Amino acid sequence: MTTLTTPPASPARDRAPLPVAKAGKGRATPMRSQVLTTSFLFLVATYFLMPVWWLLVSSTKSSGDLFNSNGFWFADWNLGANLRQLFSEDGGIFLRWVFNSVLYAVGGGVVATFLAAMAGYALAKYKFRGRGAIFSVILGAVLIPTPMLALPIYLMLSKVHLVDTIWAVLLPAAVSPFGVFLAKTYAEASVPDELIEAARLDGAGEFRIFCTIGLRIMSPALVTIFLFQLVAVWNNFFLPLITLNDQHLWPVTLGLNAWNSDLTQPHANLVVVGALVSVIPLVAAFWSLQRFWRTDLVAGGVKA
Amino acid sequence: MSAPIPRRKRRRSAPLMFLAPFGVLFAAMYAVPVGYAIVESLHKVQRSGLGLTPPKRVYAGFENYTKALHDDALWHGVGRVLLFGAVQVPVMLGLALVLALLLDAKSARLKGFFRTAYFLPYAIPGVIATILWAFLYMPRSSPVVSMLDAVGLPSDFLGEDAVLWSIANVVTWTWTGYNMLVIYSALQAIPQELYEAAELDGCGPWRTAWRIKVPLVAPAIALTTVFSVIGTLQLYTEPRVLRPLTSSLDADYTPIMSAYHKAVENNDYGQGAAVSVLLALGTCLLSFAVLKLSARLTNGRSSL
Repeated sequence: MTTLTTPPASPARDRAPLPVAKAGKGRATPMRSQVLTTSFLFLVATYFLMPVWWLLVSSTKSSGDLFNSNGFWFADWNLGANLRQLFSEDGGIFLRWVFNSVLYAVGGGVVATFLAAMAGYALAKYKFRGRGAIFSVILGAVLIPTPMLALPIYLMLSKVHLVDTIWAVLLPAAVSPFGVFLAKTYAEASVPDELIEAARLDGAGEFRIFCTIGLRIMSPALVTIFLFQLVAVWNNFFLPLITLNDQHLWPVTLGLNAWNSDLTQPHANLVVVGALVSVIPLVAAFWSLQRFWRTDLVAGGVKA
Repeated sequence: MSAPIPRRKRRRSAPLMFLAPFGVLFAAMYAVPVGYAIVESLHKVQRSGLGLTPPKRVYAGFENYTKALHDDALWHGVGRVLLFGAVQVPVMLGLALVLALLLDAKSARLKGFFRTAYFLPYAIPGVIATILWAFLYMPRSSPVVSMLDAVGLPSDFLGEDAVLWSIANVVTWTWTGYNMLVIYSALQAIPQELYEAAELDGCGPWRTAWRIKVPLVAPAIALTTVFSVIGTLQLYTEPRVLRPLTSSLDADYTPIMSAYHKAVENNDYGQGAAVSVLLALGTCLLSFAVLKLSARLTNGRSSL
């Protein structure tokens, strides 16, 4: 980290003369550039946080205040009533939507991660004919936009009567070519051949070696693949939109969109508070897993 | 399993076993749909003039493709998406690069806070992000619009000319932090000694950033470019969510919307499939071109 020269943050930092960072081995950073940099970073942060702030404030408002009060500040506190209405509307369908989203994203994510780990491990750690070709095909699939697959998948699934079932979303969610790419890159760099060889000499079977050695060493990559897939499935809109008619199977994004699409906006306050509630699980997942999230895998700079 | 399988043989079949589960699902959810779309695009449904006989599915050759290539609305959508990408992708990645460099620089403070603030939108699904911004775009509910009106600035975010850039804003808001993080982790992987050497040579922070950091993270930038370009071509969620709220977005606003419109709403699967196949081809060509270009610019260090 480069923070070693930064003094601990003090509340008066903005007014008091900035302590010029004396780098142990670098040059001093002029105060002016520090102020400029930090101001710019603050400005950009305002842009990114503004809609979030609006969401927090607006979820406490009644439908009327939503349109008739300052959007960036609180009016009458209505959060409790909004939440009660949200969870009771339409027989409590909102909770069902959240549950569906969690099922699709976590279920799809776990299976996709495990399958990608196995495939990536095989492509990295075994030499066999056609290995390069298989990897190229998988990599090529990363370039195919998912909405383009959604239509044919919909047509196929309707032939086998899987449209309007949870499988219409779960099956596609369980495949992650990008995950295979990440797993292979990571396994190549981090799982030592000697360790596999030693385990073989000890008489361990190939699957057991994968489970005890491969999976364990690859765990940072697995968390990353899982989070990627979790986000991808949670965000997916097109596929459930065309394959799911029954609103009891909808993920939360679809449900909120349906409420939001009603031009008369009878559900405006529910859309807002629902948006807030639906964002919480994913933010929580990131919060708890961010230590393991390895973006450098994507950048290709794997240093195991 | 009756007879024990010799170990050698087991090792040779191991990669196959590891690849099989992923392979089966991959085939079902990627390979087969692509094939299916191609077959479907070569067929059409023939309805008799009076509707007395049931519609027949007949081979149509390249008719669907010729029709697609002469479809003005589709071409408008393609042009719109390309214009969108030409502006939005550089703006977003430029901002992501600047933010990553600033957070990596010594002069930045509160790095943890800024990183989280910028990354937060990534955890918010596109549908929800669009709904949030829609509230900030609509004159009825938006505090931003009333602020702009107060100072006499244009505020018609959902008007015909502005709506494309309002969509671009949502996409930029969602993805900048993610791209920043990818570039940032590539920056973190640069060995410190390199900076020390540069400093000894009298390189200031600007020159270090431009001459050392940017070239070294070029592969990460290339990768984020490819994914952003793919993302642009499959632009769907944001305009689809905004569509009920404004008259500025028609059913063919983006190519994917067009394909969906043809296949599902017009019940012309062949036509929709042909559009999908053309789009997939276009996407692959464009991402391939970006990859080749970036490979040349980074001397083949790109990680894909």
